[in-house]
Amino acid sequence: MKISLGPVLYYWPRELLLDFYARAAGWPVDTIYLGETVCSKRRALRTAEWIELAREISRSGKQAVLSTLSLIEAESELSTLARLCDNGELLVEANDMAAVHLLNEKHLPFAGGHALNIYNSRSLNYLQRQGMIRWTPPVELPRATLAAVLGEAAELGFGERLETEVFAFGHMPLAYSARCFTARASNLQKDSCEFECLKYPDGLPVYTQDDKRLLTLNGIQSQSGQVLNLLTEWQDMQQLGVRLVRISPLSKHLETIIEHTHTAIHEGRMPELTGLIDGESCNGYWFGQAGHQWVESMGSGS
Amino acid sequence: MELVAPAGNLPSLKAAVDHGADAVYIGMRDDTNARHFPGLNFDAGNLAKAVFYAHVNGAKVFLAINTYPQPQGWQRWTRAVDLAADAGLDALIVADIGVMEYAQARYPGMRLHLSVQASATNRNALSWYRQAFGIRRAVLPRVLSLNQVVRLAANSPVDLEVFAFGSLCIMVEGRCQLSSYATGKSPNLSGACSPAEFVTWQKHPSGLESRLNGLLVDRFPADSAAGYPVICKGRFRAAGAVYHVLEEPTSLNTIALLPALARAGIKAIKIEGRQRGTAYVAQVTSVWRAALDALHKHSDAFAVQHEWLHSLASVAEGAQTTLGAYQRAWQ
Repeated sequence: MKISLGPVLYYWPRELLLDFYARAAGWPVDTIYLGETVCSKRRALRTAEWIELAREISRSGKQAVLSTLSLIEAESELSTLARLCDNGELLVEANDMAAVHLLNEKHLPFAGGHALNIYNSRSLNYLQRQGMIRWTPPVELPRATLAAVLGEAAELGFGERLETEVFAFGHMPLAYSARCFTARASNLQKDSCEFECLKYPDGLPVYTQDDKRLLTLNGIQSQSGQVLNLLTEWQDMQQLGVRLVRISPLSKHLETIIEHTHTAIHEGRMPELTGLIDGESCNGYWFGQAGHQWVESMGSGS
Repeated sequence: MELVAPAGNLPSLKAAVDHGADAVYIGMRDDTNARHFPGLNFDAGNLAKAVFYAHVNGAKVFLAINTYPQPQGWQRWTRAVDLAADAGLDALIVADIGVMEYAQARYPGMRLHLSVQASATNRNALSWYRQAFGIRRAVLPRVLSLNQVVRLAANSPVDLEVFAFGSLCIMVEGRCQLSSYATGKSPNLSGACSPAEFVTWQKHPSGLESRLNGLLVDRFPADSAAGYPVICKGRFRAAGAVYHVLEEPTSLNTIALLPALARAGIKAIKIEGRQRGTAYVAQVTSVWRAALDALHKHSDAFAVQHEWLHSLASVAEGAQTTLGAYQRAWQ
């Protein structure tokens, strides 16, 4: 089982991002996704700088993948997307069908992100024939459905041509809107947002009126309030044919979480992350339950 | 512009046709469409009646097959496509790549519209669906500003249909998992947002509480109207304040934008609400028919009539209406 580091979903300032990736190059992860996937107004790094940073990481021996914007509305966003797709060497993760279109036109292989709606083997097969060599299922896809999809993929004879990655740790992206909810929380409009999201390196927490953590606001993206932890299920995932587990960056304890996970995988056991996760954990989607719930599994993945 | 009205059953379809809809969109009685509610929708028996009634009265019928099949249910989606082809439906409103591939391969002449649930918000995404499956029209998610809609319409490889009126999704349709996060059921997985079986109402010292699968969505004072609990319209605490963190319980009403949408070349406008009753369908369809006719006759002097707004407000969900994302300041 390989470990991947997802793109930083929050707006971290330039210095923090550069420092983060300088350190990440030394972490025991196999793949690093880079790029702004949430809001095109965020400019901590310019597009050319993202590409150069990804090339540097690639030269250090890890796979670097350029991850693209999920909600694309403006022509300027399509231009940025085209530059990422034209980078000339690095794999691109398509998070919108616009990226699939551009990459397919250039006959380039691509990774399909979890924002593409792939719920069955026919869709998976179609995109595989278009050049998709890796996919991350939607975060709400249950284990049983993933097992069925991968079973059909094997029967249809294309399963071997495609790697499966599971979003396994972090706040899950759940929804995308035109509206910026972080700006709204400060009574600002998106067009004059003053980059409020810089204040929230792990997103802005939302609680119900009876004080249960519900959501995490990240600009136009709504995320789970709970932290997904499916790293406990890596052995079951491996048996299903999953090749990578994705860890989505948070500002605290990340290096320790990655090291613990790497060691646990190396030693063939479940990683112990107690004390390293702020707040409640969740894993309900994997077990066919509500996403915010936690299901005790004993690592059996049933 | 074509007026596309919703119908959750045969009486509503007749009401839509009788009150001036150019096309009516419907769904089958299962999870192949995004309004999979008890007691709603069509079966093989009344599908033919629906098509007959619409066609003899000069209207079209579209079938929404706009959820995402999972392996265990695949045959329900292909069966819906087959039934639509047999019944002579005028178009399928589709979201899943596998379903589109099936429909195009099996029925090459079938007209395909890209559902809003496919989340296509830009010309490159639309081009992909056009090239892959010959999509002829796309329904745009309710996230683009009017300027963005105008620019997209100028460059779009397919005809565009936009939402005109009804309940407001503020997230990109097809990319919202808030419902399954709370309940395990979502539009994509189960064809329904915030299903009623997860909703509970409880008395609270200060009034009424609404919960979704146990999660507190809102508290209403005893004398105020209580809205149906969906996460995106709930009142929560963020940054030290309790408020509608995502959106107030408002409805979309774009009637004032009709001239601009027509100038942009939008081919069809869509009324939301297959889950609403026959009276809603009749009333909303007749207002929008009148508005479109007025626009057609006097495009330079189009003015929104008071009685239209009054009539629409009486059936809107929530007390307010909004232009939503069409208006940049809303974002």
